[in-house]
Amino acid sequence: MEELQSLMQGFAIALSLKNLALMFAGVILGVIIGVLPGLGGANGVAILLPLTFSMAQSPGGTTSAIILLSCIYWGALFGGAITSILFNIPGEPWSVATTFDGYPLAQQGRAGEALTAAFTSSFVGALVAVIMITFLSPIVARFALEFGPPEFFAVYLLTFCAFVGMSKEAPFKTIASMMLGFAMAAVGTDPVTGSLRLTFGHTELLNGFDFLVAVIGLFGIGEILLTLEEGLEFRGTKAKMNMRVVLDTWKVLPRYWLTSLRSSAVGCFMGIVPGGATPASFMSYGVARRFSKDGAKFGTGMLEGVVAPETAAHAAGTSALLPMLTLGVPGSPTAAVLLGGLLIWGLQPGPLLFVEQKDFVWGLIASMYLGNIAGLIVVLTCVPLFAAILRIPFAIVAPVIMVICAIGAFTVHNAIFDVWMMIVFGVMGYAFKKLNYPLAPLVLAIVLGDRAEASFRQAMLMSQGDMSIFFSTALVGGLTGLALFLLLWPLLSAALARVKRS
Amino acid sequence: MTEGTGGKAAIRTRTMEIVVAVFFLLSGAIVIYDSARLGARWGEEGPQAGYFPFYIGVILCIASMINLLQALAAAKREDSEFVQYDALKLVFSVLLPTAVYAGLIGPLGLYVASAVFIAFFMRWLGKYSWLLVASVSIGNSVVFFVVFEVWFKIPLPKGPLEAVLGLN
Repeated sequence: MEELQSLMQGFAIALSLKNLALMFAGVILGVIIGVLPGLGGANGVAILLPLTFSMAQSPGGTTSAIILLSCIYWGALFGGAITSILFNIPGEPWSVATTFDGYPLAQQGRAGEALTAAFTSSFVGALVAVIMITFLSPIVARFALEFGPPEFFAVYLLTFCAFVGMSKEAPFKTIASMMLGFAMAAVGTDPVTGSLRLTFGHTELLNGFDFLVAVIGLFGIGEILLTLEEGLEFRGTKAKMNMRVVLDTWKVLPRYWLTSLRSSAVGCFMGIVPGGATPASFMSYGVARRFSKDGAKFGTGMLEGVVAPETAAHAAGTSALLPMLTLGVPGSPTAAVLLGGLLIWGLQPGPLLFVEQKDFVWGLIASMYLGNIAGLIVVLTCVPLFAAILRIPFAIVAPVIMVICAIGAFTVHNAIFDVWMMIVFGVMGYAFKKLNYPLAPLVLAIVLGDRAEASFRQAMLMSQGDMSIFFSTALVGGLTGLALFLLLWPLLSAALARVKRS
Repeated sequence: MTEGTGGKAAIRTRTMEIVVAVFFLLSGAIVIYDSARLGARWGEEGPQAGYFPFYIGVILCIASMINLLQALAAAKREDSEFVQYDALKLVFSVLLPTAVYAGLIGPLGLYVASAVFIAFFMRWLGKYSWLLVASVSIGNSVVFFVVFEVWFKIPLPKGPLEAVLGLN
C-alpha cells in the first residue's frame, strides 16, 4: 500500500489553491480548445507549452505546469463529445464513434441526455484508467529500471510496430509517414559525432525540426484547411441542459454498467498501446453493439452507443500517460507533447522519474483524479456556453485560430522561420489527412527519433554491430518478437481472412 | 471525402496520391544521399553519423515505392476527386493571406500584422461591417498583448507602431 501513501502526498500537493485554480483554468481552456475547429488536445497543449517555461522554473513549478497542461488535455477530451453530439463534427478522431448515436439523439431533441451520458462515461473511463495508472505505473517503472539500451530500443520498436499493426490505414502509408518523422528528427547536429545531418548548409535547420511546430502545423493549420472545405457555416442542434436532465440520465446510466466496464477495459488496454484511443472507441462501440440486446437499434440514437465509445476513448486517452511516465514512450500525440514539455522543463521521463521526482509524479497522478472531477463539473454546467463558441462564424474564428497557431509556433524558439514551417506543415497535414496518411506516427517519430536512435546506437556498440542483441535475453527477445508480430499483423490477418473464406 | 456535391474536381485523388508518394520517395532519396555522404557504416569508434538515418531512408523509399505502385495501379474509372474547384479556391483564399501574414510579422510586428490579417479575413470572406471588423481585429491584438507582454512576460516581435507608442 506504498502507492496509497504516495498518492496521499500527491493529493496534498495537488490540492493547493494555486493548483486547483490551474486545474479549473486548464479544463475550461481545454474544453474551448476541444470545441474549436483546428485546435485539439495535441496542438492546444503545444501552443500553450511555451507559456509554462517561466512557470516551471519556480520551486514546485513543474508540477503546476504539468497539472495545467494535463487538465487542458482532459478538457479537450471532454470537449470532443460536445461537437460530436451537437454538430456531428468529431473534434478528435476518437470522437467519430460518438457521432453514430450521439447526433441522432440530438436530432430527436435528446441532446441533453446524450451529453450527460457522454460526459459521465468519459469520467468513468478516465477514473478506471487513473486507478490503473496509480497501481500499475510504479510496478512498470520498477521493472523498467533494469532496462538497458537494447530493451529501450525494443520498446520503441514495439511502439512503432504497434502503429502499423493497429492502424486502420494502409500499412505502407503508416510506415512512410513514420519514417518521414524519423528523417525529420535526424535533421540537425548529430548528438554523438557532432556532424551536421541533412541541413544542406541552412543554418535554420541546425536545431532540426521542432515537433511542437510540426504538431501546431499538422493538426492546427491542416485541420482548419480541411474544415474550410465544408464551407463557412456550422449547423448544429441546441442542447437543453439542466439538473433534471442530468439526474434523470444518471438514473438510467447504471443500467449500462457492464458496457462501461467492458469499454473501460478495452480503453485501458488499447491506451497503453500507442495510437490506441481511436481504435479503442470503435472497438468498444462494435463490442457493445454485438453484446447489447438492442444491438440492431445502434446508430438510431441509443444511449448505450454513446456510453461505449466515450468510456473507451477517455480511458485510452488517460492511460496513454502510463507508458509516457514510466518508460518515456508516449501513447498518443498529446502525450508526446506532454513528454516534450517534461524534457524542456529539464525532467527526464522514464523509470527514474518515479525515484527522483516523486512529488512531480504523484502530484500529477493525484491531479488526474481531481482534474477529471473538475472537468465533469465544468462540462455539465457550461455546455450552452461552449456550444455558443461553435456558433461564432468561421470567418471570425478561423483567422483568430491562425493567429494563435502562429504565436504558438513563434514562441517555441522565438523564430519567424518557425511560422513559415508551421504553414508548410499545415499544407502537409491537409494533404496527408485527405489521403489517409496517419499523422500520429509522424509526430511520435519526430519526438522519439533522437532517443530511439541513441538507444539503437548504444545497443549496437554493446554488441559490436550484431543485431542478435535484440534477441539476447528473454525480455528483450519477447519485446522484439511482439513488435515483429504486430508489424506483420496486417499480412497475417489478411492471410487468415483468406483461409477462412476458402 | 467530398463527392458528388456538384462542382468540378480540381485535382483527382490518384494524381495527388502519386504526387505525395513521389514526395516521400524524394525525401527518402535525400536522406540516403546525405547519410551516405556522412558515412553509414561502422566507423572506428562505432556506428557513423549516417548509420541510423541510412536505414530510415531505405525503409522510407521502399514504403513510398509500394504506395506509388499502388496509386499507379489503381483503376482510373473508380478515381474520386481529391478536391473540388470551389473548395480549392476557399483553401487558397486562406492559405495565401496566411503566407502574407507570416511575411508581415517581421516588418510590422506580430500585433499589427495579426490585426491586419484578421481584419482582411473578416472583411473579405465574412463581409462584416467595418465596426465589427475593427473591434475584433484590434481587440484581439490588445488581448494578446496583455496576455504575452504583461502577464506572461513573453516578448513577441514588435514593429514601428509599438515603437511610436513606446511599448517596446
